[in-house]
Amino acid sequence: MPTGRDTKIVTARFGNEDAKTLAGYERTGGYQTLRKALAMRPEDVTAEVKASNLRGRGGAGFATGVKWGFVPANSPKVHLVCNADESEPGTCKDRELMYWDPHLLIEGMVIAAHALRAQHNFIYIRGEMMREYAVLQKAVDEAYARGYLGKNILGTGAEIHLTVHRGAGAYICGEETALLNSLEGMRGQPRLKPPFPAVKGLFGNPTIVNNVETLMNVPAIIDKGGKWFADLGMGRSGGTRIVCVSGHVEKPGVFELPIGITFNELINEVCGGVWKGRKVKAVIPGGVSMPPLDEHELDVPIEFDALQTDERIKPVNYLPGKQFDLGGGKALRTMAGSGGVVVMDDQTDIPKALWRILKFFAHESCGQCTPCREGTGWMEKVSRRIADGNGKPGDLELLGTIAHGIAGNTICALGDAAAWPAMGFLTKYWSEFEAKIRRAA
Amino acid sequence: MSLEFSADAQKKITALCERYQVSGSKKPVVLAALHLAQKEFGHLSDDALRLVARTLDLPYAHVYGVATFYTMFRREPGGTTTIRMCTNISCMLRGGYDVLDAFEKKLGLAKGMSNQKFSLVEEECIAACANAPCALVGTKYYLDITPAQVAGIVEELERDPRPESEVV
Repeated sequence: MPTGRDTKIVTARFGNEDAKTLAGYERTGGYQTLRKALAMRPEDVTAEVKASNLRGRGGAGFATGVKWGFVPANSPKVHLVCNADESEPGTCKDRELMYWDPHLLIEGMVIAAHALRAQHNFIYIRGEMMREYAVLQKAVDEAYARGYLGKNILGTGAEIHLTVHRGAGAYICGEETALLNSLEGMRGQPRLKPPFPAVKGLFGNPTIVNNVETLMNVPAIIDKGGKWFADLGMGRSGGTRIVCVSGHVEKPGVFELPIGITFNELINEVCGGVWKGRKVKAVIPGGVSMPPLDEHELDVPIEFDALQTDERIKPVNYLPGKQFDLGGGKALRTMAGSGGVVVMDDQTDIPKALWRILKFFAHESCGQCTPCREGTGWMEKVSRRIADGNGKPGDLELLGTIAHGIAGNTICALGDAAAWPAMGFLTKYWSEFEAKIRRAA
Repeated sequence: MSLEFSADAQKKITALCERYQVSGSKKPVVLAALHLAQKEFGHLSDDALRLVARTLDLPYAHVYGVATFYTMFRREPGGTTTIRMCTNISCMLRGGYDVLDAFEKKLGLAKGMSNQKFSLVEEECIAACANAPCALVGTKYYLDITPAQVAGIVEELERDPRPESEVV
């Protein structure tokens, strides 16, 4: 049964000031599921999450229960880290989630920590989120005082700690291994994988890193069952999905929706259509890292697999006629990413939009790998001169070639994240870029 | 000049070191200690970095490397209130650069510059895209800003400064 548009799992308490306090959260049924979970065997909690088809809401869409299963059995020390470093442009859900329902995150984390047998756990929150940090820290203090965190939780003997750790400004720290390095007190530079964090992560111990929205879905899964959650979704994707819609729509916002809703339905029925009576030119489906959809590709659902494989979406080229293998051997179309949907109307200056995206990546490259450090800077320069009306013949080929040289050749995915939109926009709006360069000549 | 943490900051750092004992070192406390140093001394001078290094038994070079990696740390004095105006894609599409221009004019400051009262930062996405254009000032978000509102925002912040150290 597909879920209705009014099914709310993680946004049910939005707007409810009272529920931000521990007492108010309890009044809405909060921390009841924790009692149930602590009475379950850890492996049964993980099995329920596996059955739910919950997929990571941070960007990659990896199956959460499967990830939890990667922790080697009998590891003496395991950590759970919540990635609350939301900074993918176009994405504004985790900040809202933490602000409105901090205890749901804590409850989800304690349940997950029980499943993972993780004692010392952390929320790594983006440094700029000062308001949300204050909200979370207060909620964590309340949870300790009430015995939902600490030693002998609810008299069960369980010992689970939670520390809120503030970052200090770096997009790269949203990458899980950079986040772990930052948490360890180092520069936020990604680590080579393998070993994956589930085997060797924080302080050298097995570590599971999950996104805020992901962890906040866990209590409902344990409360109502994995099957219930799986049935809400479609295909291999369980539950609802939060989309953050920004840009040229009448009613931008953060919406929790059925995961099978299409982009056309999202824009026209949920967001009141494109603003000023205009038409769509481009839609970024899941944060600026993801290749865009054009106006003919919007009957595709927002769901993870659909965006990767639906053949109504044109493949990405790095040069005209030369297809790029997005996803390393999989030739994916695009990805659902972080749920940040950016709508651009038919009067949008696409070369300028691409320049702004590439400027961001040039600013955020951590400098560790040469292709990304140098390449993002070059892409910003070339795209800027095109956007400024000073483009030269050959600039588009140059841009595509640089992007192709970055993708797949760096330690982490930031290089890909910069290259993919460059190739995606060039593929779908080549003639607009060309026209701009012709005018310059 | 040798600097010292206040008793309150020192207490916080000691508590954090205990909190992170599981790591086997004091290194995970470095970001928090740098936030505290910036709060106490306004910016992270060489002496402030030396203090953090000494307090956490870390090499100065390590602390220097960390302090210069993260954008919220400043090595030079700045204004009491930092205005972080986003111009990233969602904000740009709805006039973010016009709002940034309005801030520059009203403050008499180019982006990236400071006077005693204000620092103006062209910020990358602050995760409030559904209310673009937006700016972040300490714990306060200014949402759906128009250029016409900028003068009022600046005057409000002149009356009621919002240092970022409020939550440190």
